[in-house]
Amino acid sequence: MSRLRVLKRVGLLAAIVIALILPLIAPDPSTTNLAVFTVMYIGLATSWNIMGGYTGYISLGHAAFFGFGAYSLGLLSNHLNVAPGYAPFLLVPVAGVISGLVAVLIGWIALRTRAATFVIVTIAFMFMGQLLAENLVKLTGGGAGLGFPYPQQWGGDFYNTPFYYAMLALAFLALATSWTIRRSKFGLGLLAIRDDEDKALAVGVPTRRFKLAAFTISAIPVGMIGAVYGYYVTYVYPQFVFDPLIGISMVLMVFLGGLGTLAGPVLGALLLEPAQLQFAYRFGASRLYLVFYAAVFLLVMLFLPRGVVPSVQELLQRRRQELASP
Amino acid sequence: MRIVLEAAVLGVLTGGVYALMASGLTLIFGVMRIINVGQGALVILGAYLSFALSRSIHLDPFLTLIVTMPVMFLLGIGLQFVFIRPLKTDREALSVLITYAIALGIEGVLGFFFTTNYIELRAWYETASFAIFGFHVTWVYVFGFLLCLAILGALFVLLYRTSFGAALRATMLNRTAAQLVGVDVDRVSALAFGIGVATAAAGGVVFGVTNAFNPGSHYDLISRLLSIIVLGGLGSLRGAIIAAVISPVWASFVFFIILVLVLIVRPQGLYGVRVRERI
Repeated sequence: MSRLRVLKRVGLLAAIVIALILPLIAPDPSTTNLAVFTVMYIGLATSWNIMGGYTGYISLGHAAFFGFGAYSLGLLSNHLNVAPGYAPFLLVPVAGVISGLVAVLIGWIALRTRAATFVIVTIAFMFMGQLLAENLVKLTGGGAGLGFPYPQQWGGDFYNTPFYYAMLALAFLALATSWTIRRSKFGLGLLAIRDDEDKALAVGVPTRRFKLAAFTISAIPVGMIGAVYGYYVTYVYPQFVFDPLIGISMVLMVFLGGLGTLAGPVLGALLLEPAQLQFAYRFGASRLYLVFYAAVFLLVMLFLPRGVVPSVQELLQRRRQELASP
Repeated sequence: MRIVLEAAVLGVLTGGVYALMASGLTLIFGVMRIINVGQGALVILGAYLSFALSRSIHLDPFLTLIVTMPVMFLLGIGLQFVFIRPLKTDREALSVLITYAIALGIEGVLGFFFTTNYIELRAWYETASFAIFGFHVTWVYVFGFLLCLAILGALFVLLYRTSFGAALRATMLNRTAAQLVGVDVDRVSALAFGIGVATAAAGGVVFGVTNAFNPGSHYDLISRLLSIIVLGGLGSLRGAIIAAVISPVWASFVFFIILVLVLIVRPQGLYGVRVRERI
């Protein structure tokens, strides 16, 4: 094993340990709140990457699954009279299944199109979800929003901790899924679709089935994360969960970190989410944080379209070659 | 019967406005294979520019177009030059993200200068109406429709009666071949982007007089516009106009359902041709 590999493993282990004990070493609510959102975006970006990075289909509508997940959990726990506390977390997988079913339906239609048309159709579906949440007033409460059970017993510094671990578990789930797919024959098929869909079909990749599977798999964790988010903020409104900004954030993080890589989405979320929260907190009222967001986005697209991870890898490779041939 | 007729007339009149906004979008897509997700935000920007001008020098909102359209035309050329032209690979997917970022930037800047309160462009024809066949039509819809006809007419003349139009259509059909026969495709692209953005200014005035808007209004607008051009078939001007005129009669939701149905039956849209695309 090379030194670099050992270093990588040690770094990975350290990162996991830090992630696991973070609420113990930094228990104040503002830090844990930041951690909850950062880990949330790690999960979202990693899931999105399965469709956007591996398969090459850019979905700008993944916030739809976020919203469906949040509303599913809220409605389920209200109708089943679930006691606030750990119980609602047990319903999170149900919210994931519901989002998955929605994804099958949306994917079945949206995946008839390719490239730019697909992007547009996914945006349209996200707004359809928003319209549904706004207009099915009897079910969702419409524009007045939907309340979740409120876990009063988790007072003080502890309040954020259960949510942090829930988000962390989902982020690990997303990463494990992404890692498994990347090393499977299925994942290879997805990469083939990204590189040339018609040729992939010609060599026997069942493109339609694979695309729909990838779309659904990438939507399920997003739905579950949306569910935990809804429970965390205790009150959701249609335009704050079916939020185009959430949909575009995961995309930007993946592009910043490195499209189609495992570490890229994690890095992108770690870099961007704290910055975004800081900006929203300082300039939120003036909407100036949108300008910051747009600026980062444009800079990444123009100067680093392949992302940080692939660029660094390339740099390392070149250095190693230089060392090998003096 | 009267309600149907009224809805039809209103539908055609507002459809004209959407046709105008969608025509810019489809023109840009046709020439550059770029989906300008920022078109909605540019429409709102146009509305705000007209608002600022009409408030500061008390100009009629429609007359402010004399200023705003050239300004927006130049802005479009600038945006194309700075953000779109440097894209070398994977233009179609990346341009969606870039233009989305432009939309966010515009929303942020507008929010900073004008706050997020809803405003409306004011003019005498905003509420004044006249009776025809027993129902009332507000003047603004007529003026807006006439403006749209004029601009769409000018667009058709430009496209089909001038040598620039020929170069533009050639670029739409086959970029490389157009380049081979001596068309300066970069220049054509820049001008097309400018024209597309200038039509957003015109659309913005009519939208601003008929609707209350704030910097966030572009989301609703762009989802409709994008659906319209997908429905009509990407890159087809005729398809976009027809889709626009038949669609806003219904509430947004019915409209989305129609979009879904069309995609199930005819993924290439009403007037589109099926192309083999690579992402």
